[in-house]
Amino acid sequence: MSFIVNLVNGISLGSVYAIIALGYTMVYGIAKMLNFAHGDVIMIGGYITFVFMTDMGISPILATFLAAICCTVIGVLVENIAYRPLRGANSLSVLITAIGVSYFLQNIALLIFGPNTKSFRSVVPFSAVKFFDGKLIVSGESIVTIVVCIIIMILLTLFINKTKLGVAMLAVSEDRGASILMGINVNKTIALTFAIGSFLAGIAGVLLCSAYPTLTPTTGAMPGIKAFVAAVIGGIGSISGAFFGGILLGVLEILSRAYISSQLSDAIVFSLLIIMLSVKPQGLLGKMNIEKV
Amino acid sequence: MSILKVENLNVYYGVIHAIKGISFNVEKGDIVALIGANGAGKTTILQTITGLIPMRSGKIFFEDENINKILGYKLVKKGIAHVPEGRRVFANLSVIKNLQMGAYTRNSKTEVEETLKHVFSKFPRLEERKEQLAGTLSGGEQQMLAIGRALMSHPKLILMDEPSMGLSPIYVNKIFEIIEEINKEGISILLVEQNAKKALNIANVAYVLETGKIVKTGDPKVLMNDPIIKSSYLGE
Repeated sequence: MSFIVNLVNGISLGSVYAIIALGYTMVYGIAKMLNFAHGDVIMIGGYITFVFMTDMGISPILATFLAAICCTVIGVLVENIAYRPLRGANSLSVLITAIGVSYFLQNIALLIFGPNTKSFRSVVPFSAVKFFDGKLIVSGESIVTIVVCIIIMILLTLFINKTKLGVAMLAVSEDRGASILMGINVNKTIALTFAIGSFLAGIAGVLLCSAYPTLTPTTGAMPGIKAFVAAVIGGIGSISGAFFGGILLGVLEILSRAYISSQLSDAIVFSLLIIMLSVKPQGLLGKMNIEKV
Repeated sequence: MSILKVENLNVYYGVIHAIKGISFNVEKGDIVALIGANGAGKTTILQTITGLIPMRSGKIFFEDENINKILGYKLVKKGIAHVPEGRRVFANLSVIKNLQMGAYTRNSKTEVEETLKHVFSKFPRLEERKEQLAGTLSGGEQQMLAIGRALMSHPKLILMDEPSMGLSPIYVNKIFEIIEEINKEGISILLVEQNAKKALNIANVAYVLETGKIVKTGDPKVLMNDPIIKSSYLGE
């Protein structure tokens, strides 16, 4: 049974990675840039929820929702102020700017909330659930995280494939120039992508802090990088790839922590990236760009 | 009345002066052909009109309105559609979704449905393959999709960039027939072509482009018999 418990915890952690990875992969697909500040939006989401819940006494669910909205605004602002002026610049400039934004957000949090760890109160209102006469105990956070991740995946897939705005996102990701010729406002589409990604990052931040209740200005950095790895393993630009990559990474991390070594677990996770890049660089579900002439 | 008017257009790629003070006119209801060799600047002109490439100086008027400062994506709503070089259909989207993207700027569902029916009646092949990914279509079918996609925006003017490029002779003939057909429905056409013979055959007016300059203009029937045009562009 302990294996199943670990597996469930892995899927739960993987769900958080998946939700974060969606933001990475969508922004990469549509804006063709790696938004390395994405992980820090998670941390901002955590802090805002913390303030709403602890200092203002707002109910956890409302606090989560408000935090996600704040993250959306921050994401769109970052895109407008930092990335939009660099549209058409070489990718290295954009990458360095993203790293700059990442440090900026971390230090803003440091300035406002200080360096001390805040202990985050879980937003999940119920405690662990017992299955099979108590042989299998799954925390409320794990259940909520997995369910939320599945709901997000379904909604996002429907949005992208069934709505005009969603299909326009796919069109922009495939050919920006041709999208302009269709009358699609590319800047607006990119802003929408950042909005969705940041909203999801806000939710991921709350889920992450509920499961691992410590909050510091660098809380988002490591999960952000791992979610990026998940997006690459799944195939960057692919939504289902982000989902499977995230789950795979979460399970691998928890299982290697439980059965191999907790110190080596991160090394194992990143080795998977190296192996993936050398064997199948486009990722599990990524597409190779083959042009028909 | 002219639907499109280009005045003294200058475009640079870095220090290279690609378009050197070009002026031309598309009268409402006409097919205007721009012919010229590779690198003459034909595609650049079209891309400048739809704002994909910035101009250095000059003026572009659409229905007597200066569109210099209007962002590219807004021109679709005004009535300019652009069938780009190399077709550029969305390969990973289905045929039907490609067509829907063509109608992106239109809000009335019933009107879009009507246009879709019209496009399908023109290109029955597209209806047969509407759920197929555009990338799996043959080159000729993709060109039809690109033209159908342009029609979906309900344009007044279509800019066509090398629609016959890379197609089999059967499809080449078909595409030129379709262009004439679309024109008869009242849509003005600015046609860029390397296949000068075919283009001159269907055009009302033609401009001959050489390294960024218009070197000849006039009635295509006359140009076709011009000895220089004959030897340089018609291979006779």
